[in-house]
Amino acid sequence: MASLKDLRSRITSVKSTQKITSAMKMVAASRLRRAQENAEAARPYAQRMERMLGNLAVSVAGTAGASPLLAGTGKDDTHLVVVMTANRGLCGGFNGSIIRASRLLVQDLKAQGKTVKILCVGKKGNDALKREYAKDIVGFTDELGTKTIGFSVADDIGARVLKMFEAGEFDVCTIVYNTFKSAIAQIVTKQRIIPFALPEAVNDNRSAPAAAAKAIYEYEPSEEEILDALLPKNVAIQIYRGLLENFASEQGARMTAMDNATRNAGDMIKKLTLTYNRTRQAQITKELIEIISGAEAL
Amino acid sequence: MAETTEFELVSPERLLFSEPVEMAVIPGTEGDFGAMPRHAPLLSTVRPGAIAIYNGGKVTRRIFIAGGFAEVNEDRCTVLADEAIDLAEISAEDIQKRLQAADDLLKEASNDGEKAEATTAKVLAQALADAAKG
Repeated sequence: MASLKDLRSRITSVKSTQKITSAMKMVAASRLRRAQENAEAARPYAQRMERMLGNLAVSVAGTAGASPLLAGTGKDDTHLVVVMTANRGLCGGFNGSIIRASRLLVQDLKAQGKTVKILCVGKKGNDALKREYAKDIVGFTDELGTKTIGFSVADDIGARVLKMFEAGEFDVCTIVYNTFKSAIAQIVTKQRIIPFALPEAVNDNRSAPAAAAKAIYEYEPSEEEILDALLPKNVAIQIYRGLLENFASEQGARMTAMDNATRNAGDMIKKLTLTYNRTRQAQITKELIEIISGAEAL
Repeated sequence: MAETTEFELVSPERLLFSEPVEMAVIPGTEGDFGAMPRHAPLLSTVRPGAIAIYNGGKVTRRIFIAGGFAEVNEDRCTVLADEAIDLAEISAEDIQKRLQAADDLLKEASNDGEKAEATTAKVLAQALADAAKG
């Protein structure tokens, strides 16, 4: 049985843990609001970019000499997987779920006999994956910023990916991130960004009248020139969207995790206090009995 | 009220502007063009410059954009801008500061990469200054 002093010190330590977790929860909650706004504000650009590219892709598709960013390199032997995680832990299953999904993806690709290269964004993913796939990791960045994510970060990563692509180091690029749905639900998303994949929604919209309208677009300067400018941009934009969604998800996951931790600490304090009081009373009773029986013996 | 076209201006960070307008004059790479209702479908790249928004036959708003893409069709005009600044909200001093900063960058640039970056910044700042003058 633990002594009263032990119990007291345990209660104090759980209380201070609770203070930390509730502070972290509050910080995550305030960042979540901003991150969520940012993620939602960035969606229109990415969507319109996709729509424009969708239009262009239809008119250029099939023509010889289309950009490899759009049509692919003609093979899919080497895959680049961009794993986006957080720099810090203590956010529930957030990092774990991305890492698990990436690992499955990598295993799957390897089973098909493909070469896999991994680009890690965020410390946690790198830490977890370098044990198994150290030789496959081709790059790593953890310069994400803690409060907000600027477009420049995505631009840098995009430039890196494009440089590798131009050097012919991979054929297909997939990004893995968490799409923010709500503070308690994040969805692991695998998105192919090179070659450009038409999202489902755009495909649905391309019904008969829309297709007819799209056929008569004018291009200034030429289709190819616009595509050449638009495609690299799109890579950066999609990465940016991934980063923003991921950041919002991270804050959401952390908020939920810390909320749980705070509640658990509260339960623990309650239990410990109960035990503490019981022990204290038992001791008093014991002392009383000793005194009384001592007095009776006289 | 005259016919209007739905004008949208989006930057990577957010949706900046989404309103019906009578005409938007956009600085395309190959020359300015006005996007009006029932314009023929058009996709164009955009050079740094000012977009002028016309309502009731007058310019009601001028927005500087640092390049991007524009898509125009019968009832909608979408501009994807790299950066956008409302010219009514920026002062002459800010523009001067930006010009100065670009000049400083250009002076300090040591390698080709930095020089190219500084030149771009300078061109942008100059375009902004020109746009602000009208």
